[in-house]
Amino acid sequence: MSFPLLTATAALPAIGAVATAAVPAARRTAAKWLALLFSLATLALAVVIMVRFDPDGDRYQLTESHAWISEFGVRYDLGVDGIGVALIALTAVLMPFVILAGWHDADPLETGSKRWRPTQGFFALILAVEAMVILSFEATDVFLFYIFFEAMLIPMYFLIGGFGDRAHEHGEEAASTQRSYAAVKFLLYNLAGGLIMLAAVIGLYVVAGNFSLPEIAEARANGSLDMATSTERWLFLGFFFAFAVKAPLWPLHTWLPNAMGEATAPVAVLITAVVDKVGTFAMLRFCLGLFPEASKWATPAILVLALISIIYGALLAVGQRDIKRLVAYASISHFGFIIMGIFAMTSQGQSGATLYMVNHGLSTAALMLVAGFLISRRGSRLIADYGGVQKVAPVLAGTFLIGGLATLSLPGLAPFVSEFLVLVGTYTRYPVVGIIATFGIVLAALYTLVLYQRTMTGPVKPEVSAMPDLRVRELAVVAPLVVLLIFLGVYPKPVTDIVNPAVEQTMSDVQKKDPQPEVEAAK
Amino acid sequence: MSASAVHSLWTTAADPISKIDAPKIEYGQLSPTLIIVGAAVVGVLIEALVPRKSRYYAQVFVSAVALVAAFAAVVALAADGYGTTKAGIAAMGAIAVDGPALFLQGTILLAGLVGLFTFAERRLDPAAHGNRVDSFAAQAGSVPGSDSEKAAVKAGFTTTEVFPLLLFAVAGMLVFPAANDLLTLFIALEVFSLPLYLMCALARRKRLMSQEAAVKYFLLGAFASAFTLFGIALLYGYAGSVSYATIAQVVDGTLTSVDPALADTMGNDALLLIGTAMLVMGLLFKVGAVPFHMWTPDVYQGAPTPVTGFMAAATKVAAFGALLRVLYVVLPGLRWDWRPVMWAVAIITMLGGAIVAITQTDIKRLLAYSSIAHAGFILAGVIATTPEGISSVLFYLAAYSFVTIGAFAVVTLVRDAGGEATHLSKWAGLGRRSPLVAAVFAVFLLAFAGIPLTSGFAGKFAVFKAAAEGGAAPLVVVGVISSAIAAFFYIRVIVLMFFSEPRPEGPTVAVPSPLTMTAIGVGVAVTVVLGVAPQYFLELASDAGVFVR
Repeated sequence: MSFPLLTATAALPAIGAVATAAVPAARRTAAKWLALLFSLATLALAVVIMVRFDPDGDRYQLTESHAWISEFGVRYDLGVDGIGVALIALTAVLMPFVILAGWHDADPLETGSKRWRPTQGFFALILAVEAMVILSFEATDVFLFYIFFEAMLIPMYFLIGGFGDRAHEHGEEAASTQRSYAAVKFLLYNLAGGLIMLAAVIGLYVVAGNFSLPEIAEARANGSLDMATSTERWLFLGFFFAFAVKAPLWPLHTWLPNAMGEATAPVAVLITAVVDKVGTFAMLRFCLGLFPEASKWATPAILVLALISIIYGALLAVGQRDIKRLVAYASISHFGFIIMGIFAMTSQGQSGATLYMVNHGLSTAALMLVAGFLISRRGSRLIADYGGVQKVAPVLAGTFLIGGLATLSLPGLAPFVSEFLVLVGTYTRYPVVGIIATFGIVLAALYTLVLYQRTMTGPVKPEVSAMPDLRVRELAVVAPLVVLLIFLGVYPKPVTDIVNPAVEQTMSDVQKKDPQPEVEAAK
Repeated sequence: MSASAVHSLWTTAADPISKIDAPKIEYGQLSPTLIIVGAAVVGVLIEALVPRKSRYYAQVFVSAVALVAAFAAVVALAADGYGTTKAGIAAMGAIAVDGPALFLQGTILLAGLVGLFTFAERRLDPAAHGNRVDSFAAQAGSVPGSDSEKAAVKAGFTTTEVFPLLLFAVAGMLVFPAANDLLTLFIALEVFSLPLYLMCALARRKRLMSQEAAVKYFLLGAFASAFTLFGIALLYGYAGSVSYATIAQVVDGTLTSVDPALADTMGNDALLLIGTAMLVMGLLFKVGAVPFHMWTPDVYQGAPTPVTGFMAAATKVAAFGALLRVLYVVLPGLRWDWRPVMWAVAIITMLGGAIVAITQTDIKRLLAYSSIAHAGFILAGVIATTPEGISSVLFYLAAYSFVTIGAFAVVTLVRDAGGEATHLSKWAGLGRRSPLVAAVFAVFLLAFAGIPLTSGFAGKFAVFKAAAEGGAAPLVVVGVISSAIAAFFYIRVIVLMFFSEPRPEGPTVAVPSPLTMTAIGVGVAVTVVLGVAPQYFLELASDAGVFVR
């Protein structure tokens, strides 16, 4: 029996979570280093997965299969395709930065009970989320996926509600109230989505008799499993609803700005760059894989919702006064692009969407983490409280600019490639949709550049005049992200090579072929 | 006319009685119940004969030994195949010994044992006049606030009668889901209800509230019992028998011989339908299903918390067991009539419990409404009318009962000057003061909410799956919607504990003895094990999922 690489990759952060939580209250720093060490070790395993994965091999590789709950027909089945590998890599890459960026976010302020250990808890919860996210990228059993899809809400919820920015314009009491409001909203939205999905999961079992994604997809493809059209549509809607809440898609998006605004910057990155990707990933893997006909049926409606997300998110981002909420609305706009790419049902669109998931993770992480450093210096999230920062903290301002430019998809930075692919892929099948979506890019330029201009340029505000530039720890967070953004912007091949065969497979699931270019016959 | 001739006008000489058939009792198969009843009688004798100082220890010892022995007997019977191949009817047709009965008896006994630990806890309340006291009134008969009460407290009296009462209740509960005729069912119902009424009245603190709860429970319970009894009478009139199997045969139309004395009523469908409705109503009352749930919040709130935990867990197990047997054994031929009604009951129970719970401000009342919502989820499994329906309900009951006892045991720990601090506002910031207790309670709440990797999720999935396969897909949809609503108030408590600032005059968490710690520990362990690796227990429930007729 070969080494269970996929299990190990998920188990490592889980063990790390337990170990970190067990560190005594006084040894706070040890807990941080332990968490960082575990996240780096996980990254090493993720690299091994990338190396061992053969893009041209079987669809699901490194598979593991064990009986788990046979009464329910549930198996512990793991396996990754190219899309899963790319997203596991993204998760594993981002985690050390999230931990490093949040180094001081959970240092205890007041002395509560002697056993109250917020620091240990913070890093343990982050590692727990990592373990569950990785498992949900690996699960090829629908039930197994569902379990981690739901269970990751609990640590996420404590991360949002339990830890926030230290400074708040209305004092700690108000901050605490808003935080718990945001956490509850996050949980209720996602729990409701998950429970609707639970009904669909049960329905799928009643129809298909097992939970194995490859088996059901195979049976659907060769016609041995026939679903009534209406059944398939209901089940599809049940699954899609949960993923659309998670992603989030307009009009189910309203929890995201609250959650990202109130959480600390690293946790906000965790939400939008990692956890939300499970939603879009699952659309590709489960919605298209299990319900190809219903996916095609729902495409027009979903494209319209995605378009609304793109434009609406961008418009609201333009109007935000709060830096973190601005990034949140920008993310909603970007998730619109990803979902549009998935449901355009072209190989460019879906490759672009997958690439977009990775790149959005990197660019948002860069922008948000630098924004977090900025906010921690001034103690305010309001754009109006800043001005002229580039004169006092040029490195901070410069990295902030790069993050912003990546967010608006400047050519040469990674997100450009993916956004271009998504738009091309959409245009070849739905020209009108593609054209309208392009306005999203224009608005993206507006909100990022205005944000930069208001905070970083202009006369130096007295409150920011003494602002220190990025420290070594902070540079260690930002520099690698910037390097990655530039590298993947110039040379996206490593990711596309892994992703493309998997996308071809997905396309064959839904039995769609790319539209042929119409070329006038040369005389 | 001679005297004997006159006499013969209205009497006939009977044949001389040669022998009376001794009833055949399978002592071995009935041993779990017999052990508990015997121990309860011993408990009564202890009250009468043992010096007051030693009673507590003697009672706890006898009760614990009896519960363990009875559980061992259940395991032995199950291992001997009485749950599957040797399943049969015992005690002249009065008791069924089969898979569901043994599974539920095992669950009730373990719940009783864990409940006993919380009953026996004597470290939480501050010692009164140097005597360690438990959650029960010093002297039940003394008027609250009177001099005699003060004297009783001063003398260090404790109501050790609760232990035999607990055992009698357990005995009734053991028989209730195993009863195989309607009279046994009724007797079991009364045997476990009467001790419960009494125990509800025995709180040491807030005695008036406790007594009020008991009276309420007694009045409504007596009312429900009357309904049940009337329903039984009508069913007897319909079928000419109280035996489950015979009634089922008459319902199916396979038994047509008519008892001449009942010629007018036998086979009269009106009697069948009304009788069924009344009988099921009585059972739904014990289950706490809407609209027969009115007693639940008041009684859960007023009763001493250990009693509440035991009652919430074990009564539900016993009552659902009896309901399952009645519906699956007696009335399967009538399922087209009872299923629509039960659909409606399940829907309003799920939604009603979840919605009303949102507005609660007392933790015990909140758990009461949550138990109502859970009754609705279990009903969804009952409605499936498939073997999976039976086994899913069995599994759910086992998972639910340990979470419930554990949760109420945690409630007993959070105290202020007035005893238990059950008002929700007092729980604010508990996570900062006592992270461990708050974390444990959070685990129980997440299990109630049905979050994956807890026993609550496995149970909920099992009943919903059974319901969907049994053709009740809309119930599943209502179920997930009410789960989402219910999640809101469980989460609200977690928010309060972890994200709110502690109040300066907030309650303290008492350090319990190993007894309560065991109860809570068992709850956590079962919650996690049944959540992560439910396979073995699901198989057990599945093997046990066949009723004997």
